[in-house]
Amino acid sequence: MNNKDFLLEMSSISVAYDREIVLEDIDFRVGENDFIGVIGPNGGGKTTLLKVILGLLPPLKGKMRFRDDMLNMNSIGYLPQIHTGDAGFPVNVKDVILSGMMIRKKIISRMSVSDRKKADEVIGSLGLAGLENSSLNELSGGQLQRVFLGRAIIGDPRLLLLDEPGNFVDTTFENDFYGKLRQLNSRMAILMVSHDIGIISSYVKSYACVNRKLHYHPEAEITNEQLLAYGCPIKLITHGDVPHTVLKAHS
Amino acid sequence: MQADLLQYDFIVKGLLGALFASITAGIAGTYIVARRMVFLSGGITHASFGGIGIGYFAGVNPVAGAALFGVLSALGIEYLSVNHKMREDSAIGILWAFGMATGIIFIYLTPGYAPNLMSYLFGSILTVTDADIAALGIMSLVLIIYFGAFYRTILYISFDESYARTYSPYVNIFKYFTTALVALTIVLNIRMAGVVLVLSLFTIPPNIAMIFTRVYSRIILWSVLSGFAGTAAGYIISYYAGIPVGATIIFTLVIIWSTARMISRFSGSLRMKAHLTKKNNLPIN
Repeated sequence: MNNKDFLLEMSSISVAYDREIVLEDIDFRVGENDFIGVIGPNGGGKTTLLKVILGLLPPLKGKMRFRDDMLNMNSIGYLPQIHTGDAGFPVNVKDVILSGMMIRKKIISRMSVSDRKKADEVIGSLGLAGLENSSLNELSGGQLQRVFLGRAIIGDPRLLLLDEPGNFVDTTFENDFYGKLRQLNSRMAILMVSHDIGIISSYVKSYACVNRKLHYHPEAEITNEQLLAYGCPIKLITHGDVPHTVLKAHS
Repeated sequence: MQADLLQYDFIVKGLLGALFASITAGIAGTYIVARRMVFLSGGITHASFGGIGIGYFAGVNPVAGAALFGVLSALGIEYLSVNHKMREDSAIGILWAFGMATGIIFIYLTPGYAPNLMSYLFGSILTVTDADIAALGIMSLVLIIYFGAFYRTILYISFDESYARTYSPYVNIFKYFTTALVALTIVLNIRMAGVVLVLSLFTIPPNIAMIFTRVYSRIILWSVLSGFAGTAAGYIISYYAGIPVGATIIFTLVIIWSTARMISRFSGSLRMKAHLTKKNNLPIN
């Protein structure tokens, strides 16, 4: 992170749900082309961090500053953890992906020809060609995940927020999926919440350990000892040439 | 001469009423069915009966009373569900019965006989006034303009509300406004089909349409068309068979729906084969 002009700078941010502090005194910066793995125990505040960035949760105190070109809401892409959309809803793949273009639109919006062309490009690049007109309940979990990734990236965001993207990805598609993220990372910064350090460790460039407090770890390598020191107990750790999941060797 | 005039009145009123009912119910019904708000709409309909009763008692237009009750209860239920203050289906169940009870009590307290009560319960095109038809015509126009202008916004908020909140600060405003419009639409159609039957005008046509298409705008279009076919046919049949209009319309719509389903089941096995061949997992590139 040698870029001086951060996309996003949080200083002394605290967040509470019903008076219960979830995030406390957070200092956090995201620079261009960062690929940060957000890790930490369940309930530690990882998703809350994303919600604060999205403006869904006003912080109790502290300051959040976006770079000037980030003030356009379209500059943030978001892949939620739970698929909140109703899969039985009468909407097809292309329309769902097009909804990612709503961000830069005003209250009244019509999709232009170039928007539709953009949607076709995204559909092609995510391997969804031929499924444009399918409804969501006809798709597999992996295909569904790609549709929602498409919705997040169609607006060419500068910052992509991913909340547990591994949850729905089938193993055959996993390498493809993370490969795609690496490719996207040349164009946008990525903030990825995951409980599975084993898989993300071969892709992320740095870590943010979130457990009420946030500790930034500027390297791709992280050890159990460091995690413990950060107050961020996670049971799984792996580093390998190929992405795989192993348990840390017993001492 | 007298017979001609009656017949003319019958045809014009009937067809105009059927047309406007199909347009309003097709647009609002697609929203109701897609958002899975059928039970909520049942609650709104029956709650508005309370307004009808109070209207009779107070000597004002019962439709105005119903509109007030319908819209307020719709907004109330939407508010409860947005703020998670109460289990939504329980709230609807209470409102449903409370509206009916209020209506019955006030009609009972009204001195004299309430002549049009049956038409509110079961609908009667014969008691529909020119003002009722005009109101439905205006509502058709309002809904066409509103859904035309805000099509994408309404579609995406209905599909995935919590994602819509990440980019739009207007989600709640749209939800409340659309729900209020839907409630008003239901109330205006009560004169056509009655409190007991009106909801099927809204739910059967979109379900006929969804047999053939999954595109929201086409569901609206086919709902309006199939709704008009069923309403007009039911109207004519009821006239010649001498049976109640509202019930005949619903009966006709259900027959159209089940016929369409059977046809699609028969041709469905062929389409499914074609569909599966193109659904193989494609790699990302």
